[in-house]
Amino acid sequence: MGEWLHLAFVQNAFAAAVLAGVLCGIVGTYVVANRMGYMAGGIAHAAYGGVGLAFFMKIPPMVGILGFTGVAAMVMGVLSLRERHRADTVISVLWAFGMALGVLLVDLTPGYGADLMSYLFGSILTVSRASLAAMAALTASVLIFTALFHKELLAVSYDEHFARVRGLPVTTFYLTLIAIIALTVVVLVQVVGLILVIAFLTIAPYIAEKSSRSLQSMMFRSVFYNIVFGAVGLGFSLALNVTSGAAIICVAAAGYFASVAMSAVRQRMQNG
Amino acid sequence: MSVRFQGEVARLQHVSYAYNSHTVLENVDLTISAGDFAAVIGPNGGGKTTLLKLLLGLLKPRSGTVTLFGQAPAKAAHRVGYVPQDVHINRFFPLTVLELALMGRLGPGRLLRRYSAKDLTAAEAALDRMEMLAYRKARLDELSGGQRQRVFIARALASEPEALFLDEPAAGVDSVGQKDLYSHLKELNDRMTILVVTHDLLVLSTYVKSVVCVNRSLVHHPSPEVTENMLRLGYQCPVELLGHGHLPHRVLPLHGGKDRG
Repeated sequence: MGEWLHLAFVQNAFAAAVLAGVLCGIVGTYVVANRMGYMAGGIAHAAYGGVGLAFFMKIPPMVGILGFTGVAAMVMGVLSLRERHRADTVISVLWAFGMALGVLLVDLTPGYGADLMSYLFGSILTVSRASLAAMAALTASVLIFTALFHKELLAVSYDEHFARVRGLPVTTFYLTLIAIIALTVVVLVQVVGLILVIAFLTIAPYIAEKSSRSLQSMMFRSVFYNIVFGAVGLGFSLALNVTSGAAIICVAAAGYFASVAMSAVRQRMQNG
Repeated sequence: MSVRFQGEVARLQHVSYAYNSHTVLENVDLTISAGDFAAVIGPNGGGKTTLLKLLLGLLKPRSGTVTLFGQAPAKAAHRVGYVPQDVHINRFFPLTVLELALMGRLGPGRLLRRYSAKDLTAAEAALDRMEMLAYRKARLDELSGGQRQRVFIARALASEPEALFLDEPAAGVDSVGQKDLYSHLKELNDRMTILVVTHDLLVLSTYVKSVVCVNRSLVHHPSPEVTENMLRLGYQCPVELLGHGHLPHRVLPLHGGKDRG
């Protein structure tokens, strides 16, 4: 497959996998540390409502997805802050509603056979330079933001009540985090698909969490795992001519199962 | 014993609180004076944690007023060292003991600033005080329950607070660890006011100066002696109290006709 690497679209795909890996490694660390995996899933699926909206209203897909996902994410954020124990209900409703609305609006749009699969699993092999630029810009902004507010984000993630007593603007930080998750989802849905976004956001950080001593080292590890999963998955996809998003998820899932098995073995060795 | 304590730390006046339609506290009054070491006791769901959260401004009362150091709680909460309940915290969060203690140095005026040498000194001094400095590089899930609680107290102390509010600090801690924890608190009481929510009446006579019984209503006993009224309000069944003597478990009858189902 050496000669493929000279093709522009293959280079773009690998660049997208690396950028997505970096972005999701950082944002995903917050998602997992905050136990917000379910909310990230809800945001990603609700994004499909934005796809339908964009087709129906004949506006650029990016605008539709951004608007709809942003509103859905803020509603989830505000309601889950107000009633923590009912957060899963709110998220479930918006999750299903977003998907259903998307399907209905695509049905109602004449002449459009919108490709559901490409939004679910993405089409990393057709990533445009513009999408890459958007991903790079978002990755840079997220890096700067998390570097500036690292200690506050850590405190808010670990212990919201203590952070509030210390006088930190917890609600603002929490909603900003949700907005970052929403932006990440929006930028990545077109590239890697909404199912792969959740996989990228959660699998590597889950593996990294166990062996890390700080949030930073968890981020570094997550980024590393994500890039490995992305590159290996993409390689399989090109070599076997199978859907790239699905191949990447399978590699990531295999990595997850391997890490679970390894820690079980290690535990048994310690006990025995 | 220090005598420089003056005035009141916290005050509740005619405060009521309800989760949706379920009333947790009804028209309660309380004054915590500076220098006090008060234990908050009562049955589960009786409003102990709610009381603490109201005092810290984490919850807003349905009616009545709450003041902390004479101010609105949200304005003055940073003067209190808070030790929240352990159970709600993600045990496997990647975090070292020192990083946790440093959180006590956070504050609204410190955004965009790195931790200073002074912050580091204060956090390490607090860990040292709780005899946890040797574990500064340990991960939280590598500690025992008692050690973890001492780190949480160190985090609260790192902010150099005037009062310490603790929510069930002895939960999940073995009996040796509990004694150790409470003797640390007794020492700290020389310098600061302490309010501790507890399940364990062991602390009552040995360590504390006053007892707050919460069960929808509230009674503040200025001395730590156990009274019948205290048992009636705080506990329907004072198992733990009697358990620490050599007496069998007894269920005391309810007094009065009030519904407390």
